[in-house]
This record gives sequence, structure tokens and C-alpha cells, in this order.
Amino acid sequence: MQKFYVILVDGTIYFSWLFIVSMGLTLIYGVMKILNIAHGSFYALGAYTAAYAVGVYFAGHYPPVGSFLLLILAGIAVGGIVGFLVERGLLRPMYGRDEIVLVLVTYAAFLVFEDLIKLIWGVDPYFAYQPYELLGRVSIGGIAFAVYDIGLFALAVVIGIAAWWALERTRSGKLLRAVIHDREISTAMGINVPRMFTATFVIGAMLGALGGAITAPAISVVPGIGVDVIVLAFAVSIIGGLGSVAGAAIGALVVGLARAFAVHILPEAELFVIYGVMAIVLAFRPQGLFGRPSARKI
Amino acid sequence: MRTLVALAVLLAVLLVAGPLIPSWLVFLLTIAFAKALVVLGLLVMMRAGLVSFGQGLYYGLGAYAAGLTTNFFGITDAIALVALGGLVSAIAGYVLGFVMVRYREIFFAMLSLALSMILYGILVRSAALGSTDGFNLPQPSFFGFAVNGPAGRLLVYALTVVMATGTAMMLHRFVNSPAGVIGEAILTNEIRVEYLGTSVTGVLHLTYVIGATTAGLGGALIAIAAGHIDPDLAYWTTSGEFVFVAILSGIGHVAAPLLGMAVFEAIRSFAFQYAPYTWQMVVGISMLAVILFLPSGLWSLFAPRRRARGAA
Repeated sequence: MQKFYVILVDGTIYFSWLFIVSMGLTLIYGVMKILNIAHGSFYALGAYTAAYAVGVYFAGHYPPVGSFLLLILAGIAVGGIVGFLVERGLLRPMYGRDEIVLVLVTYAAFLVFEDLIKLIWGVDPYFAYQPYELLGRVSIGGIAFAVYDIGLFALAVVIGIAAWWALERTRSGKLLRAVIHDREISTAMGINVPRMFTATFVIGAMLGALGGAITAPAISVVPGIGVDVIVLAFAVSIIGGLGSVAGAAIGALVVGLARAFAVHILPEAELFVIYGVMAIVLAFRPQGLFGRPSARKI
Repeated sequence: MRTLVALAVLLAVLLVAGPLIPSWLVFLLTIAFAKALVVLGLLVMMRAGLVSFGQGLYYGLGAYAAGLTTNFFGITDAIALVALGGLVSAIAGYVLGFVMVRYREIFFAMLSLALSMILYGILVRSAALGSTDGFNLPQPSFFGFAVNGPAGRLLVYALTVVMATGTAMMLHRFVNSPAGVIGEAILTNEIRVEYLGTSVTGVLHLTYVIGATTAGLGGALIAIAAGHIDPDLAYWTTSGEFVFVAILSGIGHVAAPLLGMAVFEAIRSFAFQYAPYTWQMVVGISMLAVILFLPSGLWSLFAPRRRARGAA
């Protein structure tokens, strides 16, 4: 029983950041139909910026509470700036090209970012453990949790609800859904689709970088952290159905729990389980759990 | 016919040039042509609309089939190992093909990615297979003779070149055969092909098995040429690289992957040599340049008037 409790908790913690990262990916795919491999770079950039900023912040002996705000701001800022530059500079000239070509453009961007990160921050690991240690641990049900992880979960829930509200209850959300549904008709109806694209990509990149920034205190930030995250985020988005926020939540929960389950019961199968689940879901529901099947064209 | 003659000439030139060119170039070309085999299969698949982000699955399978056979059964004959790698991948491709041909576009890409990552996950976690470090292969032999040193490397080079150009010739026949042409029709409009009375599934299954087989051959050749295998062969970045080279080369002509892969490996090797810390950046920027300035791939440099087919 104890073990299942631990699995549940571990899975939920994993879910928190995975959900935030994957939501960015799935949003970008839903609106722009771009499978953004550079999303892994946004995650890595967020983690590096946050770790670096936190290091500087604590070296300056400012009140430690501010570091949480700093983490979030660092992630959002770097994601926003880089996302804007990538969309305007790299993707905009490519719209209208084949979906696969766009994937490769983001793959090329990913390769460039990998080395750029090494050039900026070097190859030594960064540790930003202070915010994590600061909150200490609480004991719930006989097991000690890091309060920071609980905070992550709360943040994921808040972001999830905010995304749902923004998409379902606001005017811009409605316009965005129109673009998702039919790009051409939306253009004809006077929606500024290119601007929607920029906004979506920037928000998606912010979410990716935020995911990196908030995990930075819990991990050691090393080169190559983006490369694993990107396939995980793919798996999450595919399981949930590409382009669906609710799907990203379910997908992240499935992946988080499956991984926690494997880690505690059968450590050899950790990687295997995630992609196994993905393959099974695709085999039975190609559109993912929340995706809608598309009509066949004659 | 012109293509077949051109490929035969290319093969002859490469074979004659083998002993004359420096050994680093021999190695570079061996690696490039072994990988080009994978891209050749991918080219045939992409012409039928199957873009696989998981060819690493068959590439890794072929390499591990060859590697495990040498290490556990002591078979070192290069030709037998390559044949075995191709066979194992072909069988795996045939079995998985029943599931895979039901998917299209992004779902096909993602399911193939998932399958290759499953293999990667298994390989990484199997201590018996060397885990993330992989393992080394002994020197290959040819017809019972162990050939060491530069001569051995030349023989592996010759085998790789023969396999790559030979496969290119066969695939040239294939893309112009009814099945190959129907593949292109499937990409254009699948339902109409069905209305015309052809089995879409059958053609796609055949295409998929071809892709798997060439990837297995390429994997086995890489294992023999490099003398080392590790799970990265099945990782998604490896598969992504193949798709990239296919696009970079252009999928209009079977000789394109041979050229594209050679160029790609050359860029990578030189970038690694002269900019060891930024080689990925060099590769990435070269990729972007090709996508921007040569939308139909490198091959469009050689066929300027004819529009490359099926680029979309």
C-alpha cells in the first residue's frame, strides 16, 4: 500500500512539469501543425537561464523568497524572447512548406541551440538547489515530501486551469479555436492568422521554458537535458491527442504514473514503459485519447 | 536505363578509387554509404507518403543482429552478417508492417518513433548487451579469410559500396515498377487508388518491408565498418538524421541519398574536426541553408530543369 502511495506521489510530481512542457508542444501543434523539436531547447534554455539567475541571485544575498518569482520570470522571459525570434526569423519564411520540412527546420534549430547553450554556459553542470531546499519537507501520510514539489503541482494545476479558461472563455481563445478548426476560413473571416501563430508560438515556448525553469532546482542542469524531454513531451502529446490541453493533462498523468510505476516496481523497464504505453494508445486510438479523427479526403 | 548505367559507372569508379584515396576518406565513404542504404529505403517509403521517424529501429536491429551473431556464435563472415542483419530487419518489418500500414502522416511518424524508442529502452537497460556502452565487434572475415588492417577496411568499403549502389539500382527498378508507381499514387490520393482496384495496404506493406530491410543492411554494415555498436543507433536523433538526409538529398532520384549522405557525413566530419564544440551548430545551419535555398534537395542541382517529384 505504502508503495502505491509513493508511486502515486512520484507520478504526480513528474506529471507537474511534464504537463507544463507538453502543453506548450501540443498548443503549438494544434494551432500551427508544427511538431516543434526545438521545444526541447526551450526547456533546456529555461532550465539554464533559471539556474544561472538563481545562482547570481543567491550570490547577491537578496531575500531568498524572491528566488521563486525569479525562477518563473526567468523561464517566461527567455521562452518569450527566443520563441519570438524563432517564429519570426526561422518559421515564418517556411509556412506553406510540407509538415515534415517544418519538423526538420525545428530539428535544425534544436541542433543549433544545443551548441549555443554549451557556448553560453559551458559544459559544467549548474545547480540551483537553494529554492528547493528553502521550502523544506513536510510529512504527509508517513512520507516526507519536498514542499517545492507540492508547489510544482499547484503551479501545474493553476496553469492548466488558466489555459482552459483562456481557450474556452475568452474572445482570443475563441478566435484561436477557430484557427485550429480551419485556418483558411478563419483568414477569410478576418482573423489575423499570422499574428495568432506568433502569439501561440511565443506562449508555447514560454511554457516549455517555464517547465525547464521550475525543474531546474530539482535536477542538475547539464548539456543534453533537452533531448530526452522532447521525446517525452511527444509521447505525452500523442497519448493525449495532439492539440488538446485536456489531452496533455491526461497524457502527462499517464506517462508520469507509468514511469513512477516502472521505477518502483521494475526499474529496467523505465524507458520501455513510456513508449510502450504510447505505442499501445496509438495502436487502438491513432488520434490519441482526446484527439478527433480527421475526415478522409476523396 | 541511363540511371542504371550511371550507377554502374559510379560503382566502378568508387571501387577503383578505393585503394587510391586516403584511408580517412575510405572510412568516411564506408559510413556514408552504409547510412545511405537506410535513406534509400526511406526514400521509397517517403515517395509513398510513409515518413518514418523510427528507421533507427531497423537500423539498430540490423546492427545488433550482426553484432550478437559475431559475439555469441563466432560467425565473422561480413557477407553473412550483412545478410543476417537485413533478414532480421525484414522479418521484424514484415510483422510490424501489419500494424504500421494502418497509419498515415504524423501518426505513422510517431508510432514508428515510439517503436524505435522501445528498442532503445530495451537496449539501454540490458546489461548483457552492454547497456549504454554497447560492445565491440571483432574484425570481419571474408569467405573464411580474416583480413586485417587497411586491406580489411578496403574490403568492407567495397562491400558497402556494392551494397549501396546495388540497392540503388534495384530500388530504381522498384520505383518504376507498378508497385512503386502505385506508391506515388497513394501519396496523391489513397482512396482513388482503392477505387481503381489496387490494394493500398499490400503496396504499403511491401514498401515498408523494403525500408526495414535496407535499414537492417545499413545497420549491419555500420556495425562491421565501425566495429562498435551502442543503443544510440536506435535513438530518435539517429532516425531524425535519416529523414533529414532524405529531405536534404531530395526524394526524386535513387542516386540522391548516396550523394546526400556523403555530403552530410563530410560536413559532419569536418565540422567535428575543425569546430569540435560547435559541430552540431554547423550541421544545423547547413540543414537550414539547404531547406531555404534548395527546396527540392541537393539533387535539384543536378536535375535543374525537371521538377523533383513528390517533394511535398
